[in-house]
Amino acid sequence: MTEVAVVDYGAGNLVSIQHALERAGATVRQASRPADLVDADVVVVPGVGASGPAMARLRRGGLDRAITDAVGDGAWYFGVCLGLQLLFERSEEDGAEMLGLLAGSVQRVPDAPRLPHIGWNSLERVREHPLLDGVADGAPAYFVHSFVGVPDDRDTVVAQTEHGGRFASIVASGRVMGIQCHPERSGIDGLRILGNLVRLAAPS
Amino acid sequence: MLLRRVIPCLDVADGRVVKGTRFVDLSDEGDPPTLAARYAEAGADEIVFLDITAAPEARGTLLDIVERTARSAFVPLTVGGGVRSAADMKAVLRAGADKVAVNTAAVRDPALIRRCARLFGRQCVVASIDARARVGTEDEPMSWEVVVRGGREATGLDAVTWAQRLVELGAGEVLLTSIDRDGTRGGYDLELIRAVVAAVDVPVVASGGAGRPADMVAAITEGGADAVLAASIFHRDLHSIASVKEALAAAGVPVRLAPVAV
Repeated sequence: MTEVAVVDYGAGNLVSIQHALERAGATVRQASRPADLVDADVVVVPGVGASGPAMARLRRGGLDRAITDAVGDGAWYFGVCLGLQLLFERSEEDGAEMLGLLAGSVQRVPDAPRLPHIGWNSLERVREHPLLDGVADGAPAYFVHSFVGVPDDRDTVVAQTEHGGRFASIVASGRVMGIQCHPERSGIDGLRILGNLVRLAAPS
Repeated sequence: MLLRRVIPCLDVADGRVVKGTRFVDLSDEGDPPTLAARYAEAGADEIVFLDITAAPEARGTLLDIVERTARSAFVPLTVGGGVRSAADMKAVLRAGADKVAVNTAAVRDPALIRRCARLFGRQCVVASIDARARVGTEDEPMSWEVVVRGGREATGLDAVTWAQRLVELGAGEVLLTSIDRDGTRGGYDLELIRAVVAAVDVPVVASGGAGRPADMVAAITEGGADAVLAASIFHRDLHSIASVKEALAAAGVPVRLAPVAV
Protein backbone atom coordinates (compact mmCIF):
# COMPACT_ATOMS: atom_id res chain seq x y z
CA MET A 1 0.00 0.00 0.00
CA THR A 2 1.37 3.38 -0.98
CA GLU A 3 1.71 5.73 1.98
CA VAL A 4 0.92 9.31 1.03
CA ALA A 5 1.51 12.32 3.26
CA VAL A 6 -0.57 15.34 2.22
CA VAL A 7 1.16 18.42 3.56
CA ASP A 8 -1.21 20.60 5.59
CA TYR A 9 0.15 24.12 5.88
CA GLY A 10 -3.15 25.92 6.24
CA ALA A 11 -3.59 26.40 2.50
CA GLY A 12 -7.22 25.50 2.15
CA ASN A 13 -8.89 22.43 0.78
CA LEU A 14 -7.28 19.13 1.79
CA VAL A 15 -10.46 17.08 1.84
CA SER A 16 -10.77 16.70 -1.92
CA ILE A 17 -7.20 15.61 -2.61
CA GLN A 18 -7.17 13.29 0.40
CA HIS A 19 -10.36 11.54 -0.59
CA ALA A 20 -9.38 11.25 -4.25
CA LEU A 21 -6.04 9.68 -3.25
CA GLU A 22 -7.83 7.22 -0.98
CA ARG A 23 -10.13 6.38 -3.84
CA ALA A 24 -7.03 5.81 -5.96
CA GLY A 25 -5.86 3.21 -3.47
CA ALA A 26 -3.44 5.09 -1.22
CA THR A 27 -3.21 5.24 2.55
CA VAL A 28 -3.35 8.96 3.27
CA ARG A 29 -2.28 11.01 6.26
CA GLN A 30 -2.31 14.75 6.75
CA ALA A 31 1.11 16.12 7.59
CA SER A 32 1.33 19.35 9.54
CA ARG A 33 4.68 18.65 11.27
CA PRO A 34 8.01 17.39 9.91
CA ALA A 35 7.62 14.10 11.84
CA ASP A 36 4.45 13.38 9.85
CA LEU A 37 6.52 12.99 6.67
CA VAL A 38 8.67 10.16 7.99
CA ASP A 39 8.44 6.98 5.90
CA ALA A 40 5.94 8.44 3.43
CA ASP A 41 6.29 7.00 -0.08
CA VAL A 42 4.85 10.19 -1.56
CA VAL A 43 4.79 13.75 -0.27
CA VAL A 44 1.82 15.55 -1.83
CA VAL A 45 1.96 19.33 -1.64
CA PRO A 46 -1.45 20.80 -2.49
CA GLY A 47 -2.52 24.41 -2.26
CA VAL A 48 -3.81 27.40 -4.11
CA GLY A 49 -2.88 31.05 -3.91
CA ALA A 50 0.37 32.92 -3.70
CA SER A 51 3.79 31.29 -3.28
CA GLY A 52 5.23 33.84 -0.81
CA PRO A 53 2.70 33.29 2.00
CA ALA A 54 2.73 29.54 1.31
CA MET A 55 6.51 29.32 1.65
CA ALA A 56 6.36 31.41 4.83
CA ARG A 57 3.88 28.95 6.32
CA LEU A 58 5.99 25.96 5.27
CA ARG A 59 9.12 27.51 6.82
CA ARG A 60 7.37 28.41 10.06
CA GLY A 61 6.77 24.74 10.79
CA GLY A 62 10.08 23.51 9.36
CA LEU A 63 8.11 21.73 6.67
CA ASP A 64 10.21 23.12 3.81
CA ARG A 65 13.32 21.32 5.08
CA ALA A 66 11.34 18.22 5.96
CA ILE A 67 9.98 18.03 2.40
CA THR A 68 13.36 18.42 0.71
CA ASP A 69 14.89 15.95 3.18
CA ALA A 70 12.16 13.40 2.48
CA VAL A 71 12.73 13.76 -1.27
CA GLY A 72 16.48 13.45 -0.68
CA ASP A 73 15.77 10.19 1.16
CA GLY A 74 13.87 8.79 -1.82
CA ALA A 75 10.26 9.87 -1.33
CA TRP A 76 8.29 10.99 -4.37
CA TYR A 77 7.18 14.62 -4.54
CA PHE A 78 3.81 15.32 -6.15
CA GLY A 79 2.87 19.00 -6.24
CA VAL A 80 -0.66 20.03 -7.17
CA CYS A 81 -1.35 23.55 -8.50
CA LEU A 82 0.61 25.80 -6.11
CA GLY A 83 2.49 22.64 -5.10
CA LEU A 84 3.89 22.45 -8.64
CA GLN A 85 4.97 26.09 -8.51
CA LEU A 86 6.71 25.65 -5.15
CA LEU A 87 9.01 23.08 -6.78
CA PHE A 88 10.94 25.80 -8.54
CA GLU A 89 13.59 28.19 -7.28
CA ARG A 90 11.92 31.56 -7.23
CA SER A 91 8.65 33.31 -8.00
CA GLU A 92 8.25 36.42 -10.09
CA GLU A 93 4.88 36.87 -8.37
CA ASP A 94 6.35 38.12 -5.12
CA GLY A 95 10.06 37.34 -5.32
CA ALA A 96 9.67 34.35 -2.99
CA GLU A 97 12.48 31.82 -2.68
CA MET A 98 10.95 28.39 -3.00
CA LEU A 99 11.87 24.72 -2.57
CA GLY A 100 14.28 24.62 -5.52
CA LEU A 101 13.73 20.95 -6.34
CA LEU A 102 13.65 21.88 -10.04
CA ALA A 103 15.53 24.66 -11.81
CA GLY A 104 13.23 27.39 -13.00
CA SER A 105 10.85 30.11 -11.90
CA VAL A 106 7.18 30.93 -11.47
CA GLN A 107 5.63 33.47 -13.79
CA ARG A 108 2.22 34.79 -14.76
CA VAL A 109 0.46 32.72 -17.47
CA PRO A 110 1.89 34.20 -20.70
CA ASP A 111 -0.44 36.06 -23.09
CA ALA A 112 -3.57 34.96 -21.24
CA PRO A 113 -6.83 36.52 -22.45
CA ARG A 114 -8.29 36.41 -18.94
CA LEU A 115 -6.81 35.59 -15.54
CA PRO A 116 -7.22 33.70 -13.33
CA HIS A 117 -7.28 30.77 -15.73
CA ILE A 118 -10.40 29.04 -14.37
CA GLY A 119 -12.05 26.02 -15.93
CA TRP A 120 -11.45 22.88 -17.94
CA ASN A 121 -8.59 22.84 -20.42
CA SER A 122 -6.62 20.22 -22.33
CA LEU A 123 -3.58 18.30 -21.14
CA GLU A 124 -1.57 18.11 -24.37
CA ARG A 125 0.96 15.33 -24.07
CA VAL A 126 4.53 16.41 -24.76
CA ARG A 127 6.14 13.08 -23.94
CA GLU A 128 5.11 9.68 -22.65
CA HIS A 129 5.06 9.35 -18.88
CA PRO A 130 3.48 6.70 -16.61
CA LEU A 131 1.42 9.42 -14.87
CA LEU A 132 -0.64 9.70 -18.07
CA ASP A 133 -1.20 5.97 -18.63
CA GLY A 134 -4.79 5.49 -19.80
CA VAL A 135 -5.38 9.24 -20.18
CA ALA A 136 -6.14 10.37 -23.74
CA ASP A 137 -3.97 13.07 -25.31
CA GLY A 138 -5.86 16.34 -24.91
CA ALA A 139 -8.03 15.11 -22.02
CA PRO A 140 -9.66 18.06 -20.21
CA ALA A 141 -8.72 18.80 -16.61
CA TYR A 142 -9.76 21.53 -14.17
CA PHE A 143 -7.47 24.52 -13.65
CA VAL A 144 -7.71 27.49 -11.31
CA HIS A 145 -4.58 29.65 -11.16
CA SER A 146 -2.84 32.76 -12.51
CA PHE A 147 0.80 31.67 -12.29
CA VAL A 148 2.72 28.77 -13.79
CA GLY A 149 6.05 27.03 -13.32
CA VAL A 150 8.61 27.64 -16.06
CA PRO A 151 11.31 24.95 -15.95
CA ASP A 152 14.77 25.78 -17.25
CA ASP A 153 15.00 22.24 -18.61
CA ARG A 154 12.21 21.81 -21.16
CA ASP A 155 12.78 18.04 -21.08
CA THR A 156 11.00 17.98 -17.72
CA VAL A 157 7.70 18.97 -19.39
CA VAL A 158 5.29 16.01 -19.67
CA ALA A 159 2.17 17.92 -20.71
CA GLN A 160 1.35 21.45 -21.73
CA THR A 161 -1.81 23.55 -21.88
CA GLU A 162 -2.83 26.53 -23.97
CA HIS A 163 -4.45 29.67 -22.52
CA GLY A 164 -3.21 32.45 -24.77
CA GLY A 165 0.34 31.12 -24.57
CA ARG A 166 1.30 27.54 -23.71
CA PHE A 167 2.57 26.56 -20.30
CA ALA A 168 3.82 23.38 -18.61
CA SER A 169 0.85 21.66 -16.99
CA ILE A 170 2.70 18.51 -15.88
CA VAL A 171 6.42 18.39 -15.08
CA ALA A 172 8.45 15.40 -13.95
CA SER A 173 12.10 14.76 -13.24
CA GLY A 174 12.80 11.43 -11.59
CA ARG A 175 10.75 11.26 -8.42
CA VAL A 176 9.88 14.95 -8.46
CA MET A 177 6.59 15.71 -10.20
CA GLY A 178 4.04 18.49 -10.37
CA ILE A 179 0.67 19.06 -11.99
CA GLN A 180 -0.85 22.49 -12.49
CA CYS A 181 -4.48 21.34 -12.77
CA HIS A 182 -6.48 19.72 -9.98
CA PRO A 183 -6.64 15.96 -10.60
CA GLU A 184 -8.90 15.61 -7.56
CA ARG A 185 -11.41 17.84 -9.36
CA SER A 186 -10.96 16.50 -12.89
CA GLY A 187 -13.34 13.56 -12.92
CA ILE A 188 -12.29 10.14 -14.16
CA ASP A 189 -9.08 11.26 -15.86
CA GLY A 190 -7.95 13.04 -12.73
CA LEU A 191 -8.53 9.90 -10.69
CA ARG A 192 -6.56 7.92 -13.30
CA ILE A 193 -3.59 10.26 -12.88
CA LEU A 194 -3.73 9.85 -9.10
CA GLY A 195 -4.05 6.07 -9.52
CA ASN A 196 -0.96 6.11 -11.73
CA LEU A 197 0.89 8.09 -9.06
CA VAL A 198 -0.09 5.60 -6.37
CA ARG A 199 1.10 2.66 -8.49
CA LEU A 200 4.29 4.40 -9.55
CA ALA A 201 5.26 5.14 -5.96
CA ALA A 202 4.19 1.79 -4.50
CA PRO A 203 6.93 0.30 -2.31
CA SER A 204 8.48 -2.72 -3.99
CA MET B 1 -8.08 25.97 -25.28
CA LEU B 2 -10.11 26.92 -22.22
CA LEU B 3 -13.54 25.30 -22.39
CA ARG B 4 -16.74 27.12 -21.48
CA ARG B 5 -18.47 25.79 -18.38
CA VAL B 6 -22.04 24.67 -17.70
CA ILE B 7 -22.85 24.92 -14.01
CA PRO B 8 -25.94 23.67 -12.18
CA CYS B 9 -26.78 25.64 -9.06
CA LEU B 10 -28.29 24.02 -5.98
CA ASP B 11 -30.11 26.18 -3.43
CA VAL B 12 -29.61 24.63 -0.02
CA ALA B 13 -31.65 25.45 3.09
CA ASP B 14 -31.14 23.71 6.42
CA GLY B 15 -29.09 21.02 4.75
CA ARG B 16 -31.54 20.11 2.00
CA VAL B 17 -31.85 21.14 -1.61
CA VAL B 18 -34.93 23.29 -2.04
CA LYS B 19 -36.92 23.89 -5.21
CA GLY B 20 -37.95 20.99 -7.37
CA THR B 21 -35.30 18.64 -8.62
CA ARG B 22 -35.28 16.14 -11.43
CA PHE B 23 -34.15 13.26 -9.24
CA VAL B 24 -37.52 12.81 -7.59
CA ASP B 25 -37.28 9.06 -7.73
CA LEU B 26 -34.41 8.98 -5.26
CA SER B 27 -35.27 8.25 -1.68
CA ASP B 28 -32.76 10.90 -0.65
CA GLU B 29 -33.86 13.38 -3.26
CA GLY B 30 -33.02 16.47 -1.28
CA ASP B 31 -29.53 15.41 -0.22
CA PRO B 32 -27.07 17.93 -1.73
CA PRO B 33 -24.07 15.58 -2.08
CA THR B 34 -26.18 12.96 -3.87
CA LEU B 35 -27.52 15.52 -6.30
CA ALA B 36 -24.10 17.05 -6.85
CA ALA B 37 -22.66 13.62 -7.71
CA ARG B 38 -25.52 13.02 -10.14
CA TYR B 39 -24.89 16.32 -11.89
CA ALA B 40 -21.16 15.60 -12.03
CA GLU B 41 -21.91 12.27 -13.71
CA ALA B 42 -24.24 14.05 -16.11
CA GLY B 43 -21.36 16.26 -17.26
CA ALA B 44 -21.57 19.34 -15.02
CA ASP B 45 -18.29 21.26 -15.18
CA GLU B 46 -18.69 22.64 -11.68
CA ILE B 47 -21.32 22.68 -8.95
CA VAL B 48 -22.51 25.80 -7.15
CA PHE B 49 -24.17 25.58 -3.73
CA LEU B 50 -25.97 28.63 -2.50
CA ASP B 51 -26.83 28.33 1.17
CA ILE B 52 -30.06 30.20 1.69
CA THR B 53 -30.41 29.15 5.31
CA ALA B 54 -31.58 32.15 7.27
CA ALA B 55 -30.27 31.13 10.67
CA PRO B 56 -26.51 31.46 11.29
CA GLU B 57 -26.65 28.58 13.81
CA ALA B 58 -27.28 26.18 10.93
CA ARG B 59 -23.85 26.88 9.40
CA GLY B 60 -22.36 23.68 10.74
CA THR B 61 -24.78 21.74 8.59
CA LEU B 62 -23.47 23.49 5.51
CA LEU B 63 -19.87 22.60 6.32
CA ASP B 64 -20.86 18.95 6.70
CA ILE B 65 -22.62 19.07 3.32
CA VAL B 66 -19.62 20.68 1.64
CA GLU B 67 -17.35 17.99 3.05
CA ARG B 68 -19.62 15.14 1.98
CA THR B 69 -19.96 16.67 -1.49
CA ALA B 70 -16.22 17.07 -1.84
CA ARG B 71 -16.03 13.33 -1.16
CA SER B 72 -18.72 12.32 -3.64
CA ALA B 73 -18.34 14.61 -6.67
CA PHE B 74 -14.92 14.89 -8.31
CA VAL B 75 -15.65 18.22 -9.95
CA PRO B 76 -15.09 21.74 -8.59
CA LEU B 77 -17.41 23.11 -5.96
CA THR B 78 -18.27 26.76 -5.35
CA VAL B 79 -20.12 27.66 -2.17
CA GLY B 80 -21.94 30.89 -1.44
CA GLY B 81 -24.38 32.29 1.05
CA GLY B 82 -23.76 33.74 4.46
CA VAL B 83 -19.99 34.13 4.20
CA ARG B 84 -19.30 37.21 6.31
CA SER B 85 -15.66 36.95 7.34
CA ALA B 86 -12.30 35.51 6.39
CA ALA B 87 -12.85 32.90 9.10
CA ASP B 88 -16.12 31.86 7.44
CA MET B 89 -14.32 31.54 4.12
CA LYS B 90 -11.50 29.52 5.62
CA ALA B 91 -13.97 27.09 7.18
CA VAL B 92 -15.79 26.58 3.88
CA LEU B 93 -12.52 26.09 1.96
CA ARG B 94 -11.19 23.62 4.51
CA ALA B 95 -14.43 21.68 4.30
CA GLY B 96 -13.73 21.10 0.60
CA ALA B 97 -14.97 24.08 -1.40
CA ASP B 98 -12.73 25.22 -4.27
CA LYS B 99 -14.20 28.70 -4.48
CA VAL B 100 -16.31 30.84 -2.20
CA ALA B 101 -18.86 33.38 -3.41
CA VAL B 102 -19.33 36.56 -1.39
CA ASN B 103 -22.33 38.78 -1.99
CA THR B 104 -23.97 40.88 0.74
CA ALA B 105 -20.89 40.87 2.95
CA ALA B 106 -18.84 42.52 0.18
CA VAL B 107 -21.34 45.38 0.00
CA ARG B 108 -21.17 45.86 3.78
CA ASP B 109 -17.37 45.45 3.93
CA PRO B 110 -15.58 45.60 0.54
CA ALA B 111 -12.19 45.13 2.20
CA LEU B 112 -13.28 41.58 3.04
CA ILE B 113 -12.59 40.69 -0.60
CA ARG B 114 -9.03 42.00 -0.31
CA ARG B 115 -8.37 40.15 2.95
CA CYS B 116 -9.68 36.88 1.56
CA ALA B 117 -7.72 37.23 -1.69
CA ARG B 118 -4.52 37.85 0.27
CA LEU B 119 -5.12 34.92 2.58
CA PHE B 120 -6.43 32.33 0.15
CA GLY B 121 -5.56 33.60 -3.33
CA ARG B 122 -7.82 35.54 -5.65
CA GLN B 123 -8.71 32.44 -7.67
CA CYS B 124 -10.97 31.17 -4.89
CA VAL B 125 -12.73 34.48 -4.21
CA VAL B 126 -15.88 34.89 -6.30
CA ALA B 127 -17.70 38.21 -6.34
CA SER B 128 -21.38 37.37 -6.47
CA ILE B 129 -23.36 40.33 -7.79
CA ASP B 130 -27.14 40.55 -8.06
CA ALA B 131 -28.11 43.29 -10.50
CA ARG B 132 -31.40 44.96 -11.37
CA ALA B 133 -31.85 46.95 -14.59
CA ARG B 134 -32.53 50.67 -14.44
CA VAL B 135 -34.27 51.96 -17.53
CA GLY B 136 -32.22 54.55 -19.35
CA THR B 137 -33.39 58.07 -20.06
CA GLU B 138 -32.46 60.55 -22.74
CA ASP B 139 -29.58 61.78 -20.61
CA GLU B 140 -28.54 58.49 -19.03
CA PRO B 141 -27.95 55.17 -20.78
CA MET B 142 -29.34 51.94 -19.40
CA SER B 143 -27.62 50.75 -16.24
CA TRP B 144 -27.90 48.15 -13.47
CA GLU B 145 -28.08 48.60 -9.73
CA VAL B 146 -26.59 46.18 -7.22
CA VAL B 147 -29.22 44.68 -4.94
CA VAL B 148 -28.79 42.42 -1.92
CA ARG B 149 -30.92 40.13 0.21
CA GLY B 150 -32.42 38.42 -2.82
CA GLY B 151 -33.32 41.72 -4.43
CA ARG B 152 -35.19 43.07 -1.41
CA GLU B 153 -32.63 45.80 -0.72
CA ALA B 154 -31.21 48.28 -3.21
CA THR B 155 -27.69 49.57 -2.61
CA GLY B 156 -27.39 52.51 -5.01
CA LEU B 157 -24.22 50.94 -6.45
CA ASP B 158 -23.75 50.65 -10.21
CA ALA B 159 -23.26 46.96 -11.00
CA VAL B 160 -20.58 47.44 -13.67
CA THR B 161 -18.52 49.83 -11.54
CA TRP B 162 -19.01 47.54 -8.55
CA ALA B 163 -17.73 44.52 -10.49
CA GLN B 164 -14.61 46.49 -11.43
CA ARG B 165 -14.09 47.54 -7.84
CA LEU B 166 -14.38 43.99 -6.49
CA VAL B 167 -11.95 42.69 -9.09
CA GLU B 168 -9.49 45.44 -8.16
CA LEU B 169 -9.87 44.41 -4.53
CA GLY B 170 -9.02 40.81 -5.43
CA ALA B 171 -12.02 38.88 -6.71
CA GLY B 172 -10.92 36.26 -9.24
CA GLU B 173 -14.30 35.62 -10.81
CA VAL B 174 -17.67 37.35 -11.08
CA LEU B 175 -20.92 35.44 -10.61
CA LEU B 176 -23.38 37.81 -12.22
CA THR B 177 -27.10 37.32 -11.61
CA SER B 178 -29.84 39.32 -13.25
CA ILE B 179 -32.51 39.63 -10.57
CA ASP B 180 -35.00 40.71 -13.25
CA ARG B 181 -34.52 37.49 -15.16
CA ASP B 182 -33.91 35.11 -12.25
CA GLY B 183 -36.53 32.36 -12.25
CA THR B 184 -38.27 33.65 -15.40
CA ARG B 185 -36.61 31.25 -17.87
CA GLY B 186 -36.89 34.14 -20.35
CA GLY B 187 -33.19 34.27 -21.25
CA TYR B 188 -30.14 35.91 -19.70
CA ASP B 189 -29.73 39.70 -19.62
CA LEU B 190 -27.22 39.83 -22.47
CA GLU B 191 -26.60 43.56 -22.19
CA LEU B 192 -25.71 43.22 -18.53
CA ILE B 193 -23.33 40.34 -19.29
CA ARG B 194 -21.69 42.26 -22.13
CA ALA B 195 -21.23 45.34 -19.96
CA VAL B 196 -19.54 43.44 -17.13
CA VAL B 197 -17.43 41.22 -19.41
CA ALA B 198 -16.10 44.35 -21.10
CA ALA B 199 -15.35 45.99 -17.75
CA VAL B 200 -13.37 43.25 -15.99
CA ASP B 201 -10.52 40.93 -17.00
CA VAL B 202 -11.54 37.92 -14.87
CA PRO B 203 -14.00 35.18 -15.86
CA VAL B 204 -17.70 36.06 -15.70
CA VAL B 205 -20.37 33.45 -14.89
CA ALA B 206 -23.80 34.36 -16.31
CA SER B 207 -26.79 33.62 -14.10
CA GLY B 208 -30.50 34.37 -14.07
CA GLY B 209 -32.97 33.59 -16.84
CA ALA B 210 -31.80 30.39 -18.50
CA GLY B 211 -34.80 28.78 -20.15
CA ARG B 212 -33.39 26.74 -22.99
CA PRO B 213 -30.02 25.77 -24.47
CA ALA B 214 -30.18 28.64 -26.98
CA ASP B 215 -30.11 31.09 -24.04
CA MET B 216 -26.83 29.58 -22.87
CA VAL B 217 -25.39 29.77 -26.36
CA ALA B 218 -26.34 33.46 -26.50
CA ALA B 219 -24.84 34.22 -23.06
CA ILE B 220 -21.50 32.91 -24.32
CA THR B 221 -21.43 33.85 -28.02
CA GLU B 222 -23.22 37.21 -27.71
CA GLY B 223 -22.65 38.08 -24.06
CA GLY B 224 -19.07 36.83 -23.81
CA ALA B 225 -19.63 34.86 -20.58
CA ASP B 226 -17.03 32.26 -19.61
CA ALA B 227 -19.62 30.02 -17.96
CA VAL B 228 -23.39 29.69 -17.72
CA LEU B 229 -25.22 28.84 -14.54
CA ALA B 230 -28.77 27.54 -14.29
CA ALA B 231 -31.01 25.99 -11.69
CA SER B 232 -34.60 25.25 -12.55
CA ILE B 233 -34.13 24.01 -16.13
CA PHE B 234 -31.87 21.28 -14.80
CA HIS B 235 -33.76 20.56 -11.58
CA ARG B 236 -37.07 20.21 -13.39
CA ASP B 237 -35.53 18.17 -16.17
CA LEU B 238 -36.60 20.67 -18.81
CA HIS B 239 -33.16 20.35 -20.37
CA SER B 240 -30.20 18.13 -19.57
CA ILE B 241 -26.62 19.26 -19.17
CA ALA B 242 -25.79 17.08 -22.18
CA SER B 243 -28.37 18.87 -24.36
CA VAL B 244 -26.94 22.24 -23.36
CA LYS B 245 -23.42 21.04 -24.17
CA GLU B 246 -24.57 19.72 -27.53
CA ALA B 247 -26.18 23.05 -28.39
CA LEU B 248 -23.01 24.90 -27.37
CA ALA B 249 -20.81 22.56 -29.41
CA ALA B 250 -23.10 22.94 -32.43
CA ALA B 251 -22.66 26.71 -32.14
CA GLY B 252 -18.88 26.31 -32.19
CA VAL B 253 -18.38 26.88 -28.46
CA PRO B 254 -15.64 24.64 -27.02
CA VAL B 255 -17.09 22.46 -24.25
CA ARG B 256 -16.23 19.26 -22.44
CA LEU B 257 -18.51 16.62 -23.93
CA ALA B 258 -17.30 13.47 -22.22
CA PRO B 259 -19.00 12.85 -18.89
CA VAL B 260 -16.89 12.47 -15.77
CA ALA B 261 -18.56 9.35 -14.39
CA VAL B 262 -16.35 7.69 -11.80
